[in-house]
Amino acid sequence: METFFQLLLSGIAQGCVYGLVAIGFVVIYKATEMVNFAQGDIMMLGAFITITLINHLQWNYFLAVVTAIGVMGLVGLTLERGLLRRMIGESPFAVLMVTIGLGFVLRSVAGMIWGHNPRSIVTPYTEQTLQFGAVVFPVADLVVVAATVVLCGLTFLFFRYTRFGIAMQATSQNQLAAYYVGIPVKRVVAASWALAAAIAAIAGILLLPLKSVYPEVGLILGIKAFAAAIVGGFGSLPGAMVGGLAIGLVEIFTKYWVDGRVGFSVSETSVYILLLVMLIVRPSGLFASLQKKKV
Amino acid sequence: MRFVLKTDYHQDVDIFRDRVQFGWYAALFVLVLCIPMLSGTYVESQLTLVFLWSIAGAGLMILVGYTGLISLGHAAFLSVGAYTHAILLEMGLPPFVSIPLAMALCSVLGVIVSIAALRMTGIYLAIATLAFAMIVEKIVKNWSAVTGGNAGFKVPPPEIFGWELNSTAYYYVCLLVLTLVMIGVSNLLRAPTGRAFIAVRDSEVSAQATGINLVKTKALAFAISAALTGLAGTLLAHQWHYLFPDSFSMITSIKLLMLVIIGGLGSMSGVVFGAIFMTLLPDGIATVREWLPDSIGNLPGLEPFTFGLLLIVFLVFEPQGINGRWQKVRLFFSRFPLYRKKTFRRQKSFLRTERVH
Repeated sequence: METFFQLLLSGIAQGCVYGLVAIGFVVIYKATEMVNFAQGDIMMLGAFITITLINHLQWNYFLAVVTAIGVMGLVGLTLERGLLRRMIGESPFAVLMVTIGLGFVLRSVAGMIWGHNPRSIVTPYTEQTLQFGAVVFPVADLVVVAATVVLCGLTFLFFRYTRFGIAMQATSQNQLAAYYVGIPVKRVVAASWALAAAIAAIAGILLLPLKSVYPEVGLILGIKAFAAAIVGGFGSLPGAMVGGLAIGLVEIFTKYWVDGRVGFSVSETSVYILLLVMLIVRPSGLFASLQKKKV
Repeated sequence: MRFVLKTDYHQDVDIFRDRVQFGWYAALFVLVLCIPMLSGTYVESQLTLVFLWSIAGAGLMILVGYTGLISLGHAAFLSVGAYTHAILLEMGLPPFVSIPLAMALCSVLGVIVSIAALRMTGIYLAIATLAFAMIVEKIVKNWSAVTGGNAGFKVPPPEIFGWELNSTAYYYVCLLVLTLVMIGVSNLLRAPTGRAFIAVRDSEVSAQATGINLVKTKALAFAISAALTGLAGTLLAHQWHYLFPDSFSMITSIKLLMLVIIGGLGSMSGVVFGAIFMTLLPDGIATVREWLPDSIGNLPGLEPFTFGLLLIVFLVFEPQGINGRWQKVRLFFSRFPLYRKKTFRRQKSFLRTERVH
């Protein structure tokens, strides 16, 4: 029973990281209807910047975290201004391929700067545990869950209640109409990229105590987060979180229960099987927001 | 500039525009036939690779360039084709049986994947194919009793009726297959089936309105595409001698997509341009490495960096790929002083969502 709870928590923590990256996808998708395949790589970049600030420049953890989030926001802004703005109005396929190319560039640049060895940091809460009865919870997992809940709530409120959040939704629904009612569409798009990059940076920072980071970490994590976004229904914030949790839990439980018995690694494939089953059974996801085009 | 006087409706759908164009292609074919006699084994093996990637690219082009569906997992079909063929050969079947069987398996898998995602829009299909490719990769890696796993699988040498083919003979086999594939695909694309593909690409709604069965057409495009890519896989197996699961990773799928995009979406000659480009690129990067100062030239990430950068540059500045640039250059010279840049101006569209709120 104790193992069950511990697995549950680490599955939830891992799922929260997937969910956070997935929220980054959803923010960009909600505002611009672009699919950003480089989200996982942007997360990796955020994690590496944090590592540099803490391990090499000896900064305080919290100062480093805030700086890294800010820097990544600027990176997101720069990417939009320099590259993605040219792609507004192009086919979704072209945009997808551009972000795939961007992922290649980011991964190899990170490899050139930071090398390919896995790296990690010591946070104020590394190795600390909390005990409830017989169950021991690592604090790192709890921090991930708490931070995700707060961040998810804030993002949800942002889209639901702030002027800017609603402007983002309007932009994605109809760009031309958004222009007509006076929404600064370009600024909205740029802001959504900055926001998504900042969220990705937070995901990277939260990932650090759980796993060591290397340039390719973002690729597989990004694909799984993508699966999370689709399982939840693309374009839905609660959906992204639920999808992330589902994928984190499925992965960890198949790893623990199935892998040993079968003799090879089912857990690596379980995410993709879940995704394919989901696409067959309920293609629009748990929280559907897509509908067939009508004439 | 030449103008063709059309005297027959069939001229609109002929493969070659006129005799002059046919003459150019025939000349090219003769040149390619003579190359093994004129040059060394290196050029020969590189050209064989170009032929093989062109076959794989032709498969993907039908899907991406003509039907407008995205596949991020075409390396899986390459892998299934290569492994099935190699395993069947090992079991003692002749290539004339194993190649069609491998292609059939690929197209069945293609139909299964496509049915999973055809009800939804493009991005879902892309992800479904990606998931499928991941699953195939893991199966190939873990099922080592049959595939050899990470240790690799040795492919039997190519044989026809007990004759072992040397590299020159294999060059001609690949050339023959490529020629047949190109003629076959060109014929398919001017037939009703291919026109249905193009209609689906341009507008699903209007294709449906003209009586095209969307699901059937897309599944058929997927089946043909998977079968052709599988065919390329069977032939690549012999060229590579050993099969490893890592040769068919997601990176290979993306390289295939790059081949199609850089070559030029929506044109069969683009496939060949793209294949030439992708085959020359590693050599090109190696040459550039030597020019660069050691501190930059020895960085290991230079190759993926170049791949990513080229993909971005092409999509931003020349979405029609090498073929599109070639068309522009040709038009420039054929209309010499009267060329207008705006002839090729891209149409941008405002975004409107398909979501409901």
